[in-house]
Amino acid sequence: MLNIHCPNCGITAEETEFHAHGEAHLKRFGPGSSDDQFESYLFMRKNPKGVHFERWRHQNGCGKWFHVARCTMTLEVFASYSAQTYAPPQEVLDIIENKRPGWNAQEDAT
Amino acid sequence: MKKYSVFAVAREAMRHHTGWDRAWRDAQPKAKYDVIIIGAGGHGLATAYYLGKNFGITNVAILEKGWLGGGNTGRNTTIIRSNYLQDPSAAIYEKSRSLYETMSQDLNYNVMFSPRGVIMLAQTEHECRGYKRTAHANALQGVPTEWITPARVKELCPIMNIDGPRYPVLGGLWQARGGTARHDAVAWAYARACSDMGMDVIQKCEVTGIRSEGGKVVGVSTNRGDIGCDKLGMVVAGHSGHLAEMAGFRLPMESVALQALVSEPIKPAMDIVVMANTVHGYLSQSDKGEMVIGGGTDGYNNYTQRGSFHHIEETVRALIETFPMLSRLKMLRQWGGIVDVTGDRSPVLSKTPVEGIFINAGWGTGGFKAIPGSGWAMAELMAKGRSPLTDAFGLERFVEGRFIDESVAAGVAH
Repeated sequence: MLNIHCPNCGITAEETEFHAHGEAHLKRFGPGSSDDQFESYLFMRKNPKGVHFERWRHQNGCGKWFHVARCTMTLEVFASYSAQTYAPPQEVLDIIENKRPGWNAQEDAT
Repeated sequence: MKKYSVFAVAREAMRHHTGWDRAWRDAQPKAKYDVIIIGAGGHGLATAYYLGKNFGITNVAILEKGWLGGGNTGRNTTIIRSNYLQDPSAAIYEKSRSLYETMSQDLNYNVMFSPRGVIMLAQTEHECRGYKRTAHANALQGVPTEWITPARVKELCPIMNIDGPRYPVLGGLWQARGGTARHDAVAWAYARACSDMGMDVIQKCEVTGIRSEGGKVVGVSTNRGDIGCDKLGMVVAGHSGHLAEMAGFRLPMESVALQALVSEPIKPAMDIVVMANTVHGYLSQSDKGEMVIGGGTDGYNNYTQRGSFHHIEETVRALIETFPMLSRLKMLRQWGGIVDVTGDRSPVLSKTPVEGIFINAGWGTGGFKAIPGSGWAMAELMAKGRSPLTDAFGLERFVEGRFIDESVAAGVAH
């Protein structure tokens, strides 16, 4: 059972209160983009073995969205942060770097 | 390879079973092969087998990072059916189901295929309409299925409570020639047949890199050295994305954990397979007497091969209304497997952006039933460059918007 912190209402609760909604920080491609860009936006996913940035919603709570950094190999939750970001904030990257030294933030965060 | 038969059993009984050979050779990697298949699960071994049997390509290695059939092949709930809605799905799953019918004879290995019949329960009005539509589609596709009434469901499965109140049984989609098979035996049978054709099944050999030159694959790096190849088949289910990254492309897939559990063994109580998609559970009784229960997926990316306990609780809570006798059973064990799920819940059998690399993945929660058909089609794709069974399952369907939308027809229980 994951324990997740909601940065919107400040509650830390078990995962049954929340719902995962897949990879975070996808760049939206709409009208005028190429077929490849649109395909990439809609379907292609990093699906990493390791650190994963993802969108969650506090479904049975405040109902708001936020982002979580989590490890898909160990299910360790590193941190939650605001959904109003285009990339993981530096303090979240620092927490991950602390726990996974040598983790390539540059490559994985883009 | 010595043929298995009643005479072989009798002969060995006379000499204290000292004459049984290894079923397959413990091969060492050679410097180069015509074809390398990554992944010695059911799909990978079946691909190699049909490459040899149908196309005479036997200079083949099948690489496995763990042990043979130790991934999802040994973790599923062994259900075999082909009652799909869309034509391309019905074609490949029905091919697969028909190959299961004669697999024990073809491979000289008892895979215990048991066509005991599969019911997909309709417990909402939506499902009634959906399954009637599927039954009509199946009639056109030549897949024998029928829509049956609640009374007939009760007759086929007396331990079921069809009255609800929360999930009443309103009918079902019945496929009489669906059923189960022994999952490990399927992998072992293919491995034995491949080894017999001179192919190398190499266990504990993890691929750590994929080497290509000028956009064409030339080999793989492994923990047991570099191995060259002309063609490469990636058949690794949950870890497909990880391998694709090594080869330099991305896939429209995400990996999640799907879990299952079994009860203590009890006397025969249910001689069919029941799938209840509304409550995300499916149930059959194994030959040992255990009730085999399949649950749902966790909703997040996961590579840990274990599922959440609250999903077990959800599955079992919903199932005991329809199967009240389950509430008295102790559960023996629970496990998870990593399944790769695509956007349209249909598999990918395709060429890739790297010439010579082919991928067979994305079977999601429904791979076991597809093993022989998937191998048959993948072998044709790798040998000839295209196959009528795989045409609709190419990666390009995501660019072209030509989806094979089974997510509505199949739900979670797949």
